[in-house]
Amino acid sequence: MSTSESGSPSATSLGTDRVKRGLAEMLKGGVIMDVVTAEQARIAEDAGAVAVMALERVPADIRAQGGVARMSDPDLIDEIIASVSIPVMAKARIGHFVEAQVLQALGVDYIDESEVLSPADYVNHIDKWQFTTPFVCGATNLGEALRRITEGAAMIRSKGEAGTGDVSEATKHIRTITSEINVLRSKTKDELYVAAKELQAPYELVAEIAETGKLPVVLFTAGGVATPADAALMMQLGADGVFVGSGIFKSGEPAKRAAAIVKATTFFDDPAVIADASRGLGEAMVGINVADLPAPHRLSERGW
Amino acid sequence: MLALQGDVREHLAVLRGLGAEAIPVRRPEELATVSGLVIPGGESSVIDKLSRLFGIAEPLRARIAAGMPVYGTCAGLIMLADTVLDSITGQQSLGGLDVAVRRNAFGNQNDSFETDLDIPELGEPAVHAVFIRAPVVESVGPRASVLASLPDGRVVAVEQDNLLGTSFHPEVTGEHRFHERFLDRVRAAA
Repeated sequence: MSTSESGSPSATSLGTDRVKRGLAEMLKGGVIMDVVTAEQARIAEDAGAVAVMALERVPADIRAQGGVARMSDPDLIDEIIASVSIPVMAKARIGHFVEAQVLQALGVDYIDESEVLSPADYVNHIDKWQFTTPFVCGATNLGEALRRITEGAAMIRSKGEAGTGDVSEATKHIRTITSEINVLRSKTKDELYVAAKELQAPYELVAEIAETGKLPVVLFTAGGVATPADAALMMQLGADGVFVGSGIFKSGEPAKRAAAIVKATTFFDDPAVIADASRGLGEAMVGINVADLPAPHRLSERGW
Repeated sequence: MLALQGDVREHLAVLRGLGAEAIPVRRPEELATVSGLVIPGGESSVIDKLSRLFGIAEPLRARIAAGMPVYGTCAGLIMLADTVLDSITGQQSLGGLDVAVRRNAFGNQNDSFETDLDIPELGEPAVHAVFIRAPVVESVGPRASVLASLPDGRVVAVEQDNLLGTSFHPEVTGEHRFHERFLDRVRAAA
């Protein structure tokens, strides 16, 4: 492969599977925070975020304001990249490979092909193997996760229901993925052919998961996490880390809440630490109960 | 195994594969029970913050000063460096290695790469090294020595007495020789 501009030596390979999946491995045990300004990005970094997601509107506002939600303004993404030293992620619409090309050209560290934005293609997702920049994609179940990995996703996040502050969908999705993995583990080889058919995923990948008992990429969780206890719940349910969207900057004291969620994610199995982190955080985001959301307004149903 | 954040699982698998008894360490009481420590890859700014917040940074500095063997990869190398360049405001390292390390020295994720490194001390074959938003050792003081460099001369692995640090991640490629080197020191120090 070619020598990069920053002067990496020759005979090096860029954008390999290992390098793409590897960055997600390094984010494990961490919190990735949605930010809409450079100032918020700095607050997130100071509070201990392991990466930030740069976007124009947090999911709660996208939900409230409606309309078509698209990739963010490149100026905003540039500003956020310039303002922090931790990895910067940004969202492209499902199937919008040109938005993804733009994000790669801007030098973001991870592209989120996200159901939070309005889909650009109701049939196809992006062919993510074509990119040097790694992708994270949402999933509500194992089959969806495996289809995204087959398309080249280097990290999976369970979807939850973004912008609600209601953690119930996130719980459902991470539980679904882990229990479907457990079911695979108990199957015989001939049953795995049928499982692959039912999951609409390649047999080789299904067989690999039946063997290892885990996805071949890192699994974070997202969508509705608003408190330190929510984050710890996700970790105890088997997530490798958490995304917090509207939960931080839609709350009363963002810096304090952000730091508290970071603590609870690391000490997810220590109720005393979580209790301590949960004290005096001011008001949490108001939130919407997912049950009150009519089905057409549920973002987690986007993705195929 | 310092387990505040990062690729803890990969390191634990390598250490246990080599027959070591390895545990995750997040608290001072846990640190007191181990005879060596690996600091994983991750975000150095986060590992630093959590290590101070939960009171493990100071006891860890004391253990390093007392000669406990420590191996750091990527963020772990940053934590072991006496001087950190391009750190976030207020970021501290544990120190111990007489080197200055620059964070994200190669650029953003698109510049992350894999390559083969010849490391005479480890013999054949060459080490297949994975660099992920990796740091680089920008200057090496008299007490530290260079273990590996890229063909362009940039230093990516250093050691000093019982401390070992690499910019890259042997734990993700099945490369065991660095962990063996670390475990040899743990046994010798015990």
